[in-house]
Amino acid sequence: MPFQLPAEVPLSWYLILSAILFVTGAAGFLIRRNIITVFMCIELMLNAVNLTFISFSNALGKVDGHIFSFFVMVVAAAEAAVGLAIILTVFKNRATLEIDEVSSLKL
Amino acid sequence: MPASFMPSAQELMRFAPEMLLTLAGTLIMLLEPFTESGNKSRLAWLALGALLAALGLTAVSAADPGPAFSNMLLIDEFGTFFRFLVLAVGVLTILISTHYLRSGGHESGEFYALLLFSIVGQCIMATANELIMLFIGLEVSSIASYVLAGYLRDDKRNNESALKYFLLGSFATAFLLYGIAWTYGITGTTDLSLIRSALLNPASRPNEVLTAAASAFLFVGLAFKVSAAPFQMWTPDVYQGAPAPVTAFFSAGPKAAAFAMFLRIVLTGFEPLKKEWEPLLWVSALATMIIGNFAALRQTNVKRLLAYSSISHAGYVLVALTTHSGPGAAAAMFYLAAYCFMNVGAFAIITHVARRDERYVEIADLAGLGTRQPLMAGLLTVFLLSLTGIPLTAGFFGKFYIFKVALDQGFIWLAILGLLNSALAAYYYLRVIVVMYMEPAPEGEGELPAPAAGVLAAAVGSAIATFFLGLFPSSLLDFADKARRIFN
Amino acid sequence: MNFLDLIWLIPLFPLAGAAVQLAIGRRLPKSAISFISPGAVGISLLMSIGAVVQLAGLERRSHEVRLFEWLPLIKADMGFLLDPLSSVMILVVSGVGFIIHVYATGYMAHEHGPNHGGFYRFFGYMNLFVFFMLMLVLANNYALLFVGWEGVGLCSYLLIGFYFHKKSAGDAGNKAFIVNRIGDAGFILGMFMLFQLTGSLRFVDVNEVLRSGRFAVELGTFGALSLCALCLFIGATGKSAQIPLFVWLPDAMEGPTPVSALIHAATMVTAGVYMVARSNALYALTPETSHVVAAVGAATAILAASIGLVQNDIKRVLAYSTVSQLGYMFLAAGVGAYWVAIFHLYTHAFFKALLFLGAGSVIHALGGEQDMRKMGGIKDKVPVTFRTMFVASLAIAGIPGLAGFFSKDEILWQAWSSPLGSKALWMVGFATAAMTAFYMWRLMFMTFYGTPRMDEHTLHHVHESPKSMTVPLVILAAGSVVAGWIGMPKVFGENGFMQALEHWRAPVFAQGHAAAHEAASHAHHDTTMEWVLMGLSIGVALGGIFIAKALFFGGGNIELRTGGPLYPVLLNKWYVDEIYNFLFVKGLTINGGGAMARFDANVVDGGVNGTAWMTRMVSRISMWYDTWIVDGLVNLSAFTVRALSFPVRFFQTGYLQTYALVFVMGILAIFGYYWSR
Repeated sequence: MPFQLPAEVPLSWYLILSAILFVTGAAGFLIRRNIITVFMCIELMLNAVNLTFISFSNALGKVDGHIFSFFVMVVAAAEAAVGLAIILTVFKNRATLEIDEVSSLKL
Repeated sequence: MPASFMPSAQELMRFAPEMLLTLAGTLIMLLEPFTESGNKSRLAWLALGALLAALGLTAVSAADPGPAFSNMLLIDEFGTFFRFLVLAVGVLTILISTHYLRSGGHESGEFYALLLFSIVGQCIMATANELIMLFIGLEVSSIASYVLAGYLRDDKRNNESALKYFLLGSFATAFLLYGIAWTYGITGTTDLSLIRSALLNPASRPNEVLTAAASAFLFVGLAFKVSAAPFQMWTPDVYQGAPAPVTAFFSAGPKAAAFAMFLRIVLTGFEPLKKEWEPLLWVSALATMIIGNFAALRQTNVKRLLAYSSISHAGYVLVALTTHSGPGAAAAMFYLAAYCFMNVGAFAIITHVARRDERYVEIADLAGLGTRQPLMAGLLTVFLLSLTGIPLTAGFFGKFYIFKVALDQGFIWLAILGLLNSALAAYYYLRVIVVMYMEPAPEGEGELPAPAAGVLAAAVGSAIATFFLGLFPSSLLDFADKARRIFN
Repeated sequence: MNFLDLIWLIPLFPLAGAAVQLAIGRRLPKSAISFISPGAVGISLLMSIGAVVQLAGLERRSHEVRLFEWLPLIKADMGFLLDPLSSVMILVVSGVGFIIHVYATGYMAHEHGPNHGGFYRFFGYMNLFVFFMLMLVLANNYALLFVGWEGVGLCSYLLIGFYFHKKSAGDAGNKAFIVNRIGDAGFILGMFMLFQLTGSLRFVDVNEVLRSGRFAVELGTFGALSLCALCLFIGATGKSAQIPLFVWLPDAMEGPTPVSALIHAATMVTAGVYMVARSNALYALTPETSHVVAAVGAATAILAASIGLVQNDIKRVLAYSTVSQLGYMFLAAGVGAYWVAIFHLYTHAFFKALLFLGAGSVIHALGGEQDMRKMGGIKDKVPVTFRTMFVASLAIAGIPGLAGFFSKDEILWQAWSSPLGSKALWMVGFATAAMTAFYMWRLMFMTFYGTPRMDEHTLHHVHESPKSMTVPLVILAAGSVVAGWIGMPKVFGENGFMQALEHWRAPVFAQGHAAAHEAASHAHHDTTMEWVLMGLSIGVALGGIFIAKALFFGGGNIELRTGGPLYPVLLNKWYVDEIYNFLFVKGLTINGGGAMARFDANVVDGGVNGTAWMTRMVSRISMWYDTWIVDGLVNLSAFTVRALSFPVRFFQTGYLQTYALVFVMGILAIFGYYWSR
């Protein structure tokens, strides 16, 4: 019997995809060395959340999950604006974007 | 379009403090370019006035409790309590910061506007009855805080503090949000009371694995915000690096609001899961107390010392939270109020001693303060004693009630370990007192100027509050006790 | 004037005094401070006397004033209770406190140097202390008592550490405070348990519930009540310097002498005894814990007395003596004789305060010298100090007719005859009595008799203290004589004062120790025994004095006198330390032969020398315990602190991604927890 695609992609596939995205983002946050990349990993995690919201919203047949994803996007945009500004000041003062260079406060 | 979609005047009135503060913040931003650099303190006065007016409006809205905006906000006594608290912290912060900013030549309207926005977020956290609303409040508060942490753009410590706060904070927020998304998927709602009934309903008993995942993510996000172990690691670095008045603010306002959020989630929406949450909270509370206290023992920087001490205090509040009980909530509320005053008071003095560019923030820099400025030393002693938990101060009763509730609810070991921890804490607080009074002032150090009026007012006000809560704890406790009834 | 309803004012006068002095004291002249500070305590004293006199006239000798509800959650008021027990305490606190304040004005007037500006602060703290102490003894519930309890600890810390800007004083203050915190943790736990068990923290309610018969006597078992009583007692061991928490008190002698007299002899350290006596209804139900109390008291009494035998610092001798006498009080409380414990507390306050003040006067006369080896032969130069201290030393040694005799003898008798007592407890108390007589008279002989051993210059300047110091000494000396008369042993007559006193205290101790009462009256028939024991204790007191005289009278080379034929051993202190090192550090197994040889060489001398050696030995063991076990524990905890703070510092690297890693590991741990459920 030849392999057949299911007629409709089940909910679990979306959720697994979003989980993979989320874990990828978290792992990237842990291992990447460039501050901008680290920051983008957070964006990836937030997008995973958006995907989760929309999948659930669709499965539940409710519209509010879609709305939530917009909220998340707006907040993420605000966060990006502030975050990039902070990264800029760090760069101005230290002339590097290597994340381990920013470690004078410790113990 | 049905009329109910438009918020009624009643609902708007309940939301008035937040609206007022937002308007005031925006107004300050607008006025900023038109204000001469010598006149920036007018903006501070404006912000102060807005906060006081918001306090008034909070009292007004407390007279008419109830939901607002389709049940997304719930203005009840619990929310009112925390609204009052964060607003009061805001007032104290402005008093502390004006002179600090002016002396460094950094005074500008944005600072006050950001502070107001952050407080708006905290007020929403205190009253939100719905997870998305909580998230928005949290982000409004956090994003403004990230900027405040790095407010002095040219200061390396500020940069680092802001970057760490921002990256780790966003990281934690992502987890919190993921938890919210899963909760939404499992229960089909984000309204806390509906979540509760969904979790209680045996017919729609949600999948246990998914519930576990959702609550684990939520727990992590919340634990980060209150700096509970093992998610506390950002706290010392951020507190040490941020400008001293901002640290004062961080250690009180956002923390109190985050606990409000935590309490509401644990005691309403996720109350049916308390059996699963209890061991998590138990371990986290203990680890938080131990890590905070032990790490504080060997600090030499006062700001860092107080950062670790604030971690340990979060641990005490978590003990109250672990009990999952109404009295526990009341004890936590009282403790947070006491903690806010004594901690902000202590930071007020630290700000004063640190002077321009924060050159003097080591414990050793406090040497001889007892003879140089007895009033300042005396006030700091009061705050430190209260943090230690000496009777007749607010800190004592805070601990007293928490451990009493823990014992009442059968958490005997946690209470004993907590008591031992608080005994240990005496060591590092006393060390500071000893240095202030018994070591001679260092030679050749710049003259310590007289305290600015704002710092003095904030410190004296906090000291009065500390003593008042210590002498008449029932005044506040009655209110907290009334407020916690919503959880039963 | 109705003093009874105004008892809440009693603590407020010293508080007002403290507030005035600490706020504007800097601008006030010394003379004003010298007037305000004792004056505030003096008013309290007058109010106390008035209230106690009026209380005596009441039918039911218990009067409560409740100002307002303070902590509704635990039903605690801001309220004050005057009953016979608190009457005794407020009279002691305000009376002895007043005298010491007067003395201090003279003593501190001569303090110069770096702390010149500390005069007002010193008296401000002293007044603050009296305020907290009065709160402690007048409180009508445990919570308010605890406020005073912590407050006196704090003031003690301030007065030990703050006045002198020296490191050892600061360390001593810290040590006192931290050791006390350990005790406080016990107290708080006990308080919580008591509230759980009885539903109240008000003394009157608690006692009523405990005596209502709802709780059975926990005979032979160790139940909730016993645990509760034990927790409270742990609190008492901290404040009252009992084993194992006594280490702070000798170090606390770093503070000025009036502080030692007021806080570390007469009042604060007795708070633990007061608290146990206050909780007598509880202890009456818990014989097991009472045994612990008695055993700890007896052990502390003998341990501290033995250490006192060889101390050379005049204040340290008195410090160990205080620890030892507090042990006596707990011994009495432990055998169910609470009123006797309070009686001893009361007589002890007089003679011990006097001894400290006298020592202060001596130190003052010698320009700050505290080492008794550098004193001697000054009795004619400081006649008032000498005579008053003479009286006090007789009193504490237990010579009939003086205060200490009556109370100590009563304790020994109770230890012997009470159903909770035993021969062993009596033996320990008896041996302690001998040691007490010995070390007190060693102190007297070394300090006042013989030939002077200080340098010419100091000797030339020896002078009697001013009136403000000697008059308090005389008053206290009078107290040391007559204070005991109200409690003459019953054998002197069935209608003696003791009955009156016991009667007086009836409302406090009613029923609580019915068993002890019964036994006491039962044993009363055995007057012969009581006479015999009394004779023995007088004999042993005299014996101690005579041995001290034999060894230390006459002055000359005090080193030689101390050592006698053991001169080569004792001249070099290290030599003795080596023996002790052999015995306790290296152990008998290694080098055992050599150690035993020296042991023989020393013991064989026998006689007085042997006794002296044994004494020294016992003290060494005690000191060894102090240095190695107690300080060892302290050091161990310091080590633990380092060890435990290490991981935190290990992870707190400053690298942002390390933090995120710990964060993720935290999440994984939570998942692991859910997985394992």
